[in-house]
Amino acid sequence: MGIFDKFKQGLKKTTQLLNTDIRDLFKSEGRLVDDEFLDQLFERLIKTDMGVRSAQETVDTVRTAFRGRVVQLSEVLEEFKKKLKALMAQPAEPIRFAAGGPTVIMVCGVNGCGKTTTIAKLAKLFSDSGKKVVLGAADTFRAAAVEQLTVWAGRLGAEIVTGDQGSDPASVAHRAVAKALEIGADVCIVDTAGRLQTQHNLMQELSKIHRVIGKQIPEAPHEVILVLDATTGQNGISQAQHFTEAVRCTGIILAKLDGTAKGGVVVAIRQSVGLPVKYVGVGEQADDLALFEPDPFVDALFDEVGRKK
Amino acid sequence: MFESLQESLGSALRSLRGRGKLTEANMREGLRSVQTALLEADVSFQAVKDFMARVSEQAVGETVLRSLNPTQQLVGIVHQELINLMGPVDHSLHLKPPLSILMLCGLQGSGKTTTCGKLGRMLIERGKKPMLVAADLQRPAAITQLEVLGQNIGIPVHAEYESKDPVAVCRRAVDAAKKAEVDVVILDTAGRLHVDEELMQQLSTIERRVQPDQVYFVVDSMTGQDAVNSAQAFNEALELDGVILTKLDGDARGGAALSVKAVTGVPIKFIGTGEHLDSLEEFHPDRMAGRILGMGDILSLVEQAQEKFDREEMQAQEERLRKGEFTLDDFRKQLKQIKKLGPMQKVLSMLPGMGQMQDLMANMDAEGDMRRLGGVIDSMTPDEKRNPKLIDQSRRRRIAAGSGVEPHEVNELVKQYDGMADIMKRMAGLGMRDRMKAVQQLSQQAAANPMGRLGVKKQGTGKRLTPKERAKLKKEREKELRKRKRDKKDKK
Ligand SMILES: Nc1nc2c(ncn2[C@@H]2O[C@H](COP(=O)(O)OP(=O)(O)OP(=O)(O)O)[C@@H](O)[C@H]2O)c(=O)[nH]1
Ligand SMILES: Nc1nc2c(ncn2[C@@H]2O[C@H](COP(=O)(O)OP(=O)(O)O)[C@@H](O)[C@H]2O)c(=O)[nH]1
Ligand SMILES: [Mg+2]
Ligand SMILES: [Mg+2]
Repeated sequence: MGIFDKFKQGLKKTTQLLNTDIRDLFKSEGRLVDDEFLDQLFERLIKTDMGVRSAQETVDTVRTAFRGRVVQLSEVLEEFKKKLKALMAQPAEPIRFAAGGPTVIMVCGVNGCGKTTTIAKLAKLFSDSGKKVVLGAADTFRAAAVEQLTVWAGRLGAEIVTGDQGSDPASVAHRAVAKALEIGADVCIVDTAGRLQTQHNLMQELSKIHRVIGKQIPEAPHEVILVLDATTGQNGISQAQHFTEAVRCTGIILAKLDGTAKGGVVVAIRQSVGLPVKYVGVGEQADDLALFEPDPFVDALFDEVGRKK
Repeated sequence: MFESLQESLGSALRSLRGRGKLTEANMREGLRSVQTALLEADVSFQAVKDFMARVSEQAVGETVLRSLNPTQQLVGIVHQELINLMGPVDHSLHLKPPLSILMLCGLQGSGKTTTCGKLGRMLIERGKKPMLVAADLQRPAAITQLEVLGQNIGIPVHAEYESKDPVAVCRRAVDAAKKAEVDVVILDTAGRLHVDEELMQQLSTIERRVQPDQVYFVVDSMTGQDAVNSAQAFNEALELDGVILTKLDGDARGGAALSVKAVTGVPIKFIGTGEHLDSLEEFHPDRMAGRILGMGDILSLVEQAQEKFDREEMQAQEERLRKGEFTLDDFRKQLKQIKKLGPMQKVLSMLPGMGQMQDLMANMDAEGDMRRLGGVIDSMTPDEKRNPKLIDQSRRRRIAAGSGVEPHEVNELVKQYDGMADIMKRMAGLGMRDRMKAVQQLSQQAAANPMGRLGVKKQGTGKRLTPKERAKLKKEREKELRKRKRDKKDKK
C-alpha cells in the first residue's frame, strides 16, 4: 500500500513482540463478550500507549454494545477502528507551503526524540521534489549538534547556516531565514535544541526563535513540527500541550516507529490537543520518512505483529 | 486533567472508615484507582497486573485502623510495595583495580553519550582516571559529541574517525587504556533498536570480546509501554548489571522504572536530571515511588496517616495503662515514637528541667541503646512480651542471641520496663502539666540514682565528666558506630 509499506516492513523486523493480538480474543466462530474478554481487550489497548482513558472508553463502548453476546472479530474491531480512523484523519498534503517566497519550518521537541534526523529526512523529501533547501542549525547547546546537522547537509547537498556553540539560537534562525530569502530557497528548516517542556526558560527561548522568524516573514514559520518519539508514553500529551502553548505547533512527526512501539499516544494527543500527525519516521536514514496515513496506522495499532515465524 | 489518585481513592473507600477489614470486595474500587494511576504513569501492563495482585494479597485481611481511613492505609501499602519492587539500591559501580570497563547501551536518543560524560565526571570527583570510548560509529558527529564532552571535563577520549568496526575500536581502546594511566573505561555504544538483530548481535560481540565489568541499560524515563520490550531484549542479548534512567528533570511520572526493573531484575543505579554533566544522581526507590503515584502529595498523605496512627496508638496505650496493662509491646511502641521525635539528646534538651539528665546522657549512646532495646523486644515471643516474668535463664540466653546483646542486657531491659510501666501507669491519669512534672521528678531521680530503675547503662557513673573525658567517650562511641555500619554493609 504505497508509502506505508516501509513502515510495515519496519514492523516485520520485529521478532519477539506481543504474542497475542486483538484477533486472538475472538475465535473464528465468534466469542462471548464477558469480563475476561473485556480485560484482555483493555490490555491490548493499553499496550498501544493510547492511554487509560481512551482504552477505558473503548472497553465501555464494547461492553454496552456487545456484552453477553457472541461476536465476530470484524464486528467489534471495525466498531472502534472506524472511530479511531475518523479521529486521526488529516489533509492529504501535510505541509502548507507559502504562497510566495520560502516556506519556513521550525522543528522542536524533547531531548533525543529525533529532531535533527527528521530534518535531514524532510530536507531529502523536499530536494527530491526539486526544491531548494536551507537548514538552520539553531541547536547551539548540545555538543556537536551543529556538526551533526552539517554532516547531513553535506550528504544531501543542502545549504546550512550555523552559529558558534553557546551562541543565541534565535540569531541563527534569523540568519537562516535571511539566507533563504537571499538565495531564493523554497524551504528553510530550523533545527532547535532538545528541551523538556517543563523548562520554562528554554520554552521562552523557543518562543523567541518563533517570534524572530515571524518578524522576517509575517506568516512564518509556516509549519511548526513537534517531533515525538514513538516509544513515548503518556508524557507525550504534556509535550504536545506545552510545545503548542509556546510555539503553536501545527503537527507532529512520529519518529522511531520502526521499533516495536506503537505510538498510540498520538491518539490521545489528537483528542486532547488536536495536533495531527503529518509524517512518521521509520529508520535512521534520510529516506526513512513516510507520509502518515491514518488507516494503516490504526490497523497497525492492533496489527498482528511479530507472530509470524 | 486526571482525577488525582488521592481523590478517587478517597471517594472509593470513604464508606469503609473505621470498621472491618480490607477485603477484596471493599478494596476493588480503590485498587482500580491505583491501577489507573500506575498505567497513567506508564508502568507496563504486566507489571501493573502483577503489582496489583501482590498488593491486594498483602492488604486483604488487614484491619482498617480506627485512626486511618482505608485510603491512607491502602496508599501506605501500595507505596511500600512500590519501594520494595524498585529496590534494593546498589549505587556501586563495583570497580576493581587495575582496570574496570563500563559499557552503556540502549535505544537511540536515550541519553547514553551524555551519561558517559556524567559518569566520567563523577569518577574524576572520586579520584579515578576514566577514559571515554567513542564506539558509536553510526550517528553523524557522535564521535565529536563525545570528544567535546571529554574536553569539557578534561578526560581522554579514545576516538577513531576512520574505523567502521565498533568491536575493534573497543578492543583497541582497552589496550590503549592498559598502557595509559587509566583505571576506568566507559564505552559509548551506538543507539539501536532491540529488534535489529544484526546490531544486537554486534553488542553481544563487544561484550564477549571486551568483557566489560558492568553493562548498563540507559532508558528514557518518558518511555511508555514499549519499555519492557526493549529492556527485555537488551537483557537477553547482554548481561545487564544495572539501569540508568534519564531525563527525570521533566514531568514524566517515570513508570518505566518499575517496568524495566520488573523485566530485568537488575538494580536501577542512577538517574539523569539534566543535560549538564553534573546532573547525575543516585536512584532512590522511595522518591521514585512517590513520583509514580503522583508526586509528593501521596507521600505527605502517608506521613500524615502515620502521625494519626501514632496518636491513635498512644491513646490505645493510655487506655491499657489505665487498666494496668502496659506490656513490653507497648514499651516497644513507646520507644519507636520517642525515636521519631529526633535525636534523643535534642528531645531531652527541649524538656524543662532535663538539664541534669542531659549531662547524664552525654556519656551514653542513647540512640544506640534504644535501637538495642528495640531489637531485644523484637526477639521475644508474644507470650514473653505480655508477661516478662516468664523470661528465665534459658529464654534470656535465646533472646540475647537473637538480638546480638549480652544476656545481662536482657535483664536490664526487663528492669527498665518495670520502671517504665510504673511511671507510665502513674502518668496515665495525669494531665499534661502534671505529666511534665512527673517527668522532671523522674529525671532528678534518675540523675541522683543513675543505677536506679530508669537504668542508665551500668558503666555510667553519673558523675560530670571533664570535657576531655567526654570527648574520649564520644570518639569511642563513634568508632563503634562506624564499625557497626561497616559490619552491616559487609553482610549485604
Ligand atoms: N530507529 C530510528 N532511529 C531514529 C529515528 N529518528 C531518529 N533516530 C535516531 O535517534 C537518535 C537521536 O536522533 P536525533 O535526530 O539526534 O534527535 P534530536 O531530537 O535532534 O536529539 P537532540 O538534538 O540531542 O535533542 C539518533 O541516533 C538517530 O539516528 C527513526 O525514525 N528510527
Ligand atoms: N533534560 C535532559 N536531557 C538529557 C538527559 N540525558 C541526556 N539528555 C539529552 O538527550 C539528548 C540525547 O542524548 P544523547 O546522550 O546524545 O543520547 P544517545 O543518543 O543515547 O547517545 C541530548 O539532547 C541530551 O542533551 C537528562 O537527564 N535530562
Ligand atoms: Mg538534534
Ligand atoms: Mg550517543
